[in-house]
Amino acid sequence: MSESGYADAQPRMGFFTDTSVCIGCKACEVACKEWNAVPAPDDPSGMDLLGLSYDNTGDLGANNWRHVAFIEQQVPASRVNKSDVDNLGMPTIGAPEQEDDTGVRWLMSSDVCKHCTHAACLDVCPTGALFRTEFDTVVVQPDICNGCGYCVPACPYGVIEKREDDGRAFKCTLCYDRIGDGLEPACAKACPTDSIQYGEVSELRQRAVERKQALHADGVTEARLYGDDPDDGVGGTGAFFLLLDEPEVYGLPPDPVVTTRDLPAMWRRAGAAALGVAAAVVASFAGARR
Amino acid sequence: MSRAQPSRRERAMVEPAEFRSYYGRPIVKEPAWEQPDVPLYLFLGGTAGASASMATMARVSGLPKLARVGTLVAAGGSLASVAALIHDLGRPERFLYMLRVFKPTSPLSVGSWILAPFSGLATASAASMLTGRLRPIGTLAGGAAGLLGPAMCTYTAVLLADTATPAWHEGRGDLPVLFAGSAATSGAGAALLLVPATETAPARRLGLAGAAAELAAGHRLEHNLGVVSETYRGGRAGTLLKAGKALTALGAGLSLLSKRSRVAAAAAGAAYLAAGVCTRFGVYAAGVASARDPKYTVVPQRERMARTGSPGQ
Amino acid sequence: MAECHPVGFQWVMEAKNRGAKIIHVDPRFTRTSALAHEHVGLRAGSDIAFLGGLINYVLSNGKEFRDYVVAYTNAGAILREDFADTEDLDGLFSGFNPETGEYDVESWAYEGGSDETLEHPRCVFQVLKRHYARYTPEVVADICGVSPEQFLDVAEAITANSGRRRTTAWVYSVGWTHHTVGVQYIRAASILQLLLGNIGRPGGGILALRGHASIQGSTDIPTLFNILPGYIPMPHAHQHLDLDMFVGLDAGKTGFWGNMRSYVVSLLKAWWGEHATAENDFRFDHLPRLTGDHGTYQTVYNQLSGKCKGYFLAGENPAVGSANGKLQRLGMANLDWLVVRDMQLIESATFWQDGPEIATGELASEEIGTEVFFLPAASHVEKDGSFTNTQRLLQWHHKAVEPPGDARSELWFYYHLGRLIRDKLRDSTDPRDVPLRELTWSYPTHGPTDEPDAESVLAEINGSGPDGPLATFTALADDGSTSCGCWIYCGVYADGHNHAADRVPGAKQDWVASRWAWAWPSNRRILYNRASADPDGNPWSERKRYVWWDAEKGTWISPDVPDFEATKPPDYTPPAGARAQDALSGSDPFIMQADGKAWLFAPAGLTDGPLPTHYEPHESPVDNPLYTQQANPARQTFGGEHNRYNPVANEIYPYVFTTYRLTEHHTAGGMSRGLPYLSELQPEFFCEVSPQLAEETGLEHGGWATIISARTAIEARVLVTERIKPLRVRGRTIHQVGLPYHWGSNGLSTGDSANDLLSVVLDPNVHIQEAKAATCDIRPGRRPRGAALPELVREYQRRAGVEGSEA
Ligand SMILES: Nc1nc2c(c(=O)[nH]1)N[C@H]1C(S)=C(S)[C@@H](COP(=O)(O)OP(=O)(O)OC[C@H]3O[C@@H](n4cnc5c(=O)[nH]c(N)nc54)[C@H](O)[C@@H]3O)O[C@H]1N2
Ligand SMILES: Nc1nc2c(c(=O)[nH]1)N[C@H]1C(S)=C(S)[C@@H](COP(=O)(O)OP(=O)(O)OC[C@H]3O[C@@H](n4cnc5c(=O)[nH]c(N)nc54)[C@H](O)[C@@H]3O)O[C@H]1N2
Ligand code: SF4
Ligand code: SF4
Ligand code: SF4
Ligand code: SF4
Ligand code: SF4
Ligand SMILES: [Mo]
Repeated sequence: MSESGYADAQPRMGFFTDTSVCIGCKACEVACKEWNAVPAPDDPSGMDLLGLSYDNTGDLGANNWRHVAFIEQQVPASRVNKSDVDNLGMPTIGAPEQEDDTGVRWLMSSDVCKHCTHAACLDVCPTGALFRTEFDTVVVQPDICNGCGYCVPACPYGVIEKREDDGRAFKCTLCYDRIGDGLEPACAKACPTDSIQYGEVSELRQRAVERKQALHADGVTEARLYGDDPDDGVGGTGAFFLLLDEPEVYGLPPDPVVTTRDLPAMWRRAGAAALGVAAAVVASFAGARR
Repeated sequence: MSRAQPSRRERAMVEPAEFRSYYGRPIVKEPAWEQPDVPLYLFLGGTAGASASMATMARVSGLPKLARVGTLVAAGGSLASVAALIHDLGRPERFLYMLRVFKPTSPLSVGSWILAPFSGLATASAASMLTGRLRPIGTLAGGAAGLLGPAMCTYTAVLLADTATPAWHEGRGDLPVLFAGSAATSGAGAALLLVPATETAPARRLGLAGAAAELAAGHRLEHNLGVVSETYRGGRAGTLLKAGKALTALGAGLSLLSKRSRVAAAAAGAAYLAAGVCTRFGVYAAGVASARDPKYTVVPQRERMARTGSPGQ
Repeated sequence: MAECHPVGFQWVMEAKNRGAKIIHVDPRFTRTSALAHEHVGLRAGSDIAFLGGLINYVLSNGKEFRDYVVAYTNAGAILREDFADTEDLDGLFSGFNPETGEYDVESWAYEGGSDETLEHPRCVFQVLKRHYARYTPEVVADICGVSPEQFLDVAEAITANSGRRRTTAWVYSVGWTHHTVGVQYIRAASILQLLLGNIGRPGGGILALRGHASIQGSTDIPTLFNILPGYIPMPHAHQHLDLDMFVGLDAGKTGFWGNMRSYVVSLLKAWWGEHATAENDFRFDHLPRLTGDHGTYQTVYNQLSGKCKGYFLAGENPAVGSANGKLQRLGMANLDWLVVRDMQLIESATFWQDGPEIATGELASEEIGTEVFFLPAASHVEKDGSFTNTQRLLQWHHKAVEPPGDARSELWFYYHLGRLIRDKLRDSTDPRDVPLRELTWSYPTHGPTDEPDAESVLAEINGSGPDGPLATFTALADDGSTSCGCWIYCGVYADGHNHAADRVPGAKQDWVASRWAWAWPSNRRILYNRASADPDGNPWSERKRYVWWDAEKGTWISPDVPDFEATKPPDYTPPAGARAQDALSGSDPFIMQADGKAWLFAPAGLTDGPLPTHYEPHESPVDNPLYTQQANPARQTFGGEHNRYNPVANEIYPYVFTTYRLTEHHTAGGMSRGLPYLSELQPEFFCEVSPQLAEETGLEHGGWATIISARTAIEARVLVTERIKPLRVRGRTIHQVGLPYHWGSNGLSTGDSANDLLSVVLDPNVHIQEAKAATCDIRPGRRPRGAALPELVREYQRRAGVEGSEA
C-alpha cells in the first residue's frame, strides 16, 4: 500500500544515508546543484567562511538541497586505541601523553529533505504546489507555488525555504526527473563511498538495520538509526540516516512531529474560541443599549 | 558538545550545556513571512472579524452608528488584510493561487476561503451602505460577514500554530483564545474610537470580555509552555507582549470611563487597537525567536521523549 | 586520501568493511583520519624516523618474512669494506664530498657474493640492522612526537598483518614526497614492505597516489627534463656521444633493461621514421642533450639571471602553485616572452598587472618587459585522449562537448605549431633544423578546426612492426624494424584496438578486472607479481594466491598477466654469458633489476645515500638527535635575496607549518576558485591551529592571522581546531600550523598564497620542493599592506640574523 494514492504506484523510493562512511567530500552538494541548476552565488560576498569546521554552506535551504555537516568532538583519551587491535572503536587521534590528553572524532553527515510519510510541508501548502509523487516522494511544482511561505515554518526539519529574489519555495525533489527515467539521484550517484544509498525504502530499512548491527558488533555502539521508524512523529521518513551521535548534534530535531497531526485539535480549539467570540458579541448586546 | 573550537571569546558565550546542537544553529526555519505584512494581516483580519459581528448585532439591535462603523471597519480591515497578504506574496495573481484548491489540512487554504468571501461580503455590505444601493443585499452580505466574523478572529491562530515553530505549535491551545480576545478588544477598540458614546455600550462590554480572555491566554503562554515560554517573556516579543498587556489593561480601565468621557472612550479605543498590534507583533516575534534558537526545538522534544518513553508521542 | 582521492577512498572503505584495519599517519587529523581506525599524529618531516623505527622493530624482533627476504631481496649481498654507514660517520655515508655537496657512490657497490644465512657482518641485512638499531620507540617519540605505546600499536598491527597469509599495503602521496629527503621516504617504506614480504603480492605494495589526472602519464611520457618516454634517461651532452655509448653506459646488461637498445631504437624510429637508419645511428644525434640541471626551479634562477628568456606554461600556475611564489613571479617578470595556455586567466598570466609585488611596489607593471601571450585551452571533457592513473591504467576519455571559442586542445596546439614551424623551415639548410624537418609529423585531422586524431597518436605510441600494431614490448627490435613511441605502453593498441577505451564493468569479469582499460606494461595489474609465489612457483599461501607455476602445462598461471616470461620455469638457471632477462633465474621476480632482486640497500641510482636515514627538514625547530649532520647533506639549496632560509631551531620562526590540499579545491586553484559551486564550499584561505597555539599567540577562531617566514608574510583566517595537536618533541612542545595552498588573487574565492611563505630547497634526486615542512611565526591580525609588508619581513630577518645572508 502506498501513501501516495496512485493507482499504479511504484514502490516507495528513498535514501539511506550512512554517515559512518561519509568522508565529507561534498560531492553530493555539488552534484545536486549541477544537476538541478540551483543558482550559484555569483559574487564573493555571497560566500562566507562560517568557521563551522569545514562547513561553509551552513544548512539546508532553497539553494542547498544537500548539506554536509562537520562536527568536531573531543573524546575521552580512554577511547584512544592503544594496543587492542581487534577492538576497533571509533576513529581517534592518538596524541602522545600531553597535558590535555584527549582524542578527537570528526563526524560528517550529508543531510537532505526527509520525504516524510506525513509531510507537514505538503499538508499545509494551500496551492497544491507540493505534491506526493508516484514514488511516495514530496516535490514542489515551481509553476504552481505562489510563494506563500507556509511550508517553510511547517517543516519540522527546517528543510524547505523560499528563494530570495524569486520568492518561491525550493527543496530536494529526490531527483524526480532522474528516478522517473530509472536513474539514481545525482547526489547518490556522485557519492564515492556509498554513504548515500538510493533504493526502495523497505529494502533500505532492512539494510540500515543490518548496518547498525554490524557496527554494534564492531564496538561502535553509538551507531543509531534516525527516521527509520514508521511509528515516529512523521510516520517515518523516506530519507533516513545512520548517525553516530544524537540527532541534535547534527542539527536534526530529536523527535519531530508533523504539525498537522494536531490540526483537528487546533481547529476544535479555534472553533471554540470563535464561538466564544460570537457568544461574547451576542452577550455584549444583550439587554442594555447603554 | 558540538562547539569544537572553544576560543576564549566563544567559551564565554556558551551557556551551561543543557542541550546539544549543531554550532547553536537553528533546526527549524524561521517563518518566511515579511514583517510587518503578516502580523498586520493577523491584526487587521481579527479586527475586521469582530467588527463585522458587532455590526450585524448592532443592526439587529438598532444601533446604526455602531453598525455603520463596524461595517466600514470590517470592509476596510479585511481589504487591508488581503493587501498585506498580497504584499507578502509579492504579486496579486499569487493570491488567486490560494483559491486554486480547497485543502482542509492547510489553515492558509481554509483561511483564504474564509478571508476571500468575508472581505467580499464585508466590502459589498459597506459599498451598499455607503452608496445606499441594493440595501437588502447589503444587509444580507453584512449578516453573512457577521457570521464569518468569529472565524476571522481565530483561524489565524491555527495558521500560526500549525507550524513547527516551537512558540506557536507549543502554544496551540492558547493562541486561539488569545487571538479571539485580542480580536474582540481590537474590534471594540475601533468602535470606542469612532462611535459616539451613545452606542458604545456593547463595545465596552465586548472589550472587557476580550481583555479578560486575552490576558488569561497571554499569561498561560508566558508560563505554561515550559522552556518555550521564555520566548514569550523575553526579547522583542516580551517587550511587545508586555506593552500589549499594559495597553489592554489601560484600554479596559479607560473604557469604564468612556460612558462619561468621549476622550476617555477614544483613548480606550486607541489603547485597545495599539494593544492588538502589539500582541500580534509580539506573538510573531516569539515565533521567530523560538525558531532561531535550537534550544526551543530540542528541549521540548527531549522532554516529551523522556515523558512518554517513545518517539513521536 | 579521503581528502584528495575521494573516489579511490571508496575502496579503503570497502576494505574496512571487510575487516581491514586502517591507520592514518599525518600531522593533522583529516577527513582520512576521521574514517580510519587510528590516527598517528606526527611532526611534519619526521616520517623516516617513524618508518626506521618500524624497520628496527621488524629486524630486532625477527618479524621479517625470512624466506621472501632471502630469496627475493639483496639482503644477502656483501658490501665493500670501504663502505661506511651514517652510524660510522655521524650522519654521512662514505663518499661524500663536502665541496660539491655530492656523493661519489662507488663505495656503495656490492663487493660480490651473497650470504644466504644473512649472517655476514657486511651483508646488506646486517648493515640494515645496525643502521636502524638506534630507531627505538623512544627515539621515534623524541623525533616524531608519537608515543611509544601508539608506535608499538602500529608496529604490532602491521607485522601481525604481514607474512605468508596476510599482506599490508602502504599508501602515500605528497605528504611523503615534498621533502628534501622525499625519495628516501619512499625507499624507507620499500625496505619495510620488502622485509615483510608485501611487494608483488595482492593486497600489498606501496601505492603512490598520483596528482593531476594524468600525472602518471606525464612521467611515463614525460614532461620532465631528464627522462625520455618509458623512463629511458635523457642522453647527456658529454657522456653520450653516440647510441652505443648511451645504451652501453645506461642499460643494465641483465634484466629487462638489457633490451634498452630495442626501446631506444624503436623510439627513434617513431620520431624520425624513415630518416632513422642503422647507418646514421637511428638519428640518435637528433635527440636533445642534457648539460646540467634543467629542472623547474633551476629554470627560475636562470630566468632571474637572464639566461632563460622565454617560457611556456601549459597547465601550470607557478605564481601560486610553486614554492616561493615571489621568486616565480620575479623570474617571469624578467623574461622576453611568456606563453600561458590555460582555461582561466590564472595568476601566472596576470602577475604583471596585479601580483603581490605590484601592491608592495617591488615591481611596477610599466617596468616589466615580459610579453605575455594567453592562449585559451580546451579542458579534458572537450577533447579525446587518455589519462594514466595511479594504477598505471590508461583510461580513454571521449570528447563530450566542443571547446568554447578559441579554446583548443594541447594536441591541436602542438601539432599545428609544429606544422607551422616545419613549413617555415622547409627550405632551411641549417643543420640544426634537420631534426625538426625530419620528424614524423603527419596525423589525420578532422572537423572545422583540423583537430588531430588522438587515436592516431595512441597508435604511434603503441608502435608497429612489419605486421602492424605491436602486441607487447617484448616484440620490439633493435634493428629498426619496429617503431614505438613509449615501450611500456606497447600493447595498448594491440590488434589496432584502443584497449584504453575497454570498459567491461567489474561485475561482468573476474576480480582482477583486466578488461577495464589497460595497464602498462602489457596490461599487468600487479607489478613483479612473480613474487606472490615462492621460489618453487607455489603461492606463498592459498589466501594470497595470485601467480603460480603449472608444471604440467609448463607455464605461469594467474588471473592477471604474470610479470614474468610465461614459460620460464622456477628452476631455470641462466647459462653463462646470458644477457637481458635470460640472465635472471626462474626465481628472480624483480625483472627490471639487473640482479632480479628487490633492493633493501641501493648500491646505485640515488644521489643521497643507499639507505634512508633521518635528517631534519631544511627548516626545523629542533636539532637532529641522531647525528651531528642536521639535514640531508646532498639537498639542493639556492639562497639569494628572495630565497632566504629560516635558521634551524630559531625562536624568531618557532612554529612548524605544513601545506596541503582541501577536497573542495584543486591545487593552484585555476580549476576551482573560479567556480561558484566549489568556491562557496571553501570561500577563503585559512590556517588551522590548535587551541593551545591559539591561546599562546592570541589567535581567535574566525579572526585573522599573519604568518611570517624569511620570504614573506601572508594572512589567513583562523580555524582553531582540536584536529591539530601540539606535540612533544626533543623535550619541547612543538606547534604546527596547517595551510591549504590553493589560494591566489584571481577568481571568486581569493586569498594569499601559502607558497609565498615557502623557500626553494629541493630533494637532490628528483628536484621536488620541500613543501611539507618548514618554519614560521604566526600572530593575530591582518598583514601590513604596501611597502610595510617587505619591511615587516626584513624586520624578522634582522631579528633572526638572516638579513643579507646569501645562503
Ligand atoms: N580535491 C583535491 N584532490 C586532489 C588535488 C587537489 O588539489 N584537490 N590535487 C591532486 C594532486 S596534484 C596531488 S599531488 C594529490 C596529493 O594528494 P595528497 O598527498 O593526499 O595531498 P596533500 O593534502 O598535499 O598532502 C597529504 C597530507 O600530507 C600531510 N603531511 C604534511 N606533511 C607531512 C609529513 O611530513 N608526513 C606525513 N606523513 N604527512 C604529511 C598533510 O597534512 C596532508 O594531510 O592530490 C590530487 N588530488
Ligand atoms: N605548498 C605546496 N605547494 C605545492 C604542493 C603542495 O602540496 N604544497 N603540491 C605541488 C603539486 S603535487 C602540484 S601537482 C602542483 C600543482 O601546481 P600547478 O600545476 O601549478 O597548479 P594547477 O592549478 O594544477 O595548474 C594547472 C592549470 O592547468 C589548467 N588546465 C587544466 N586542464 C588543462 C588542459 O587540458 N590544458 C591546459 N593547457 N591547461 C589546463 C588549469 O586551469 C590550471 O590552471 O603544486 C605543487 N605545489
Ligand atoms: S522534511 Fe520537511 S520539506 Fe521534506 S517532506 Fe518532510 S516536511 Fe516536507
Ligand atoms: S510556498 Fe509554495 S510550496 Fe510552500 S506552501 Fe506556499 S505554495 Fe506551497
Ligand atoms: S535527490 Fe536530487 S534533488 Fe535531492 S538532494 Fe539529491 S541530487 Fe539534490
Ligand atoms: S558525497 Fe557521500 S561521502 Fe561525500 S559528503 Fe556527500 S554523503 Fe558524504
Ligand atoms: S576529481 Fe577525478 S580523479 Fe579526483 S577523485 Fe574525483 S574522480 Fe577521481
Ligand atoms: Mo601533484
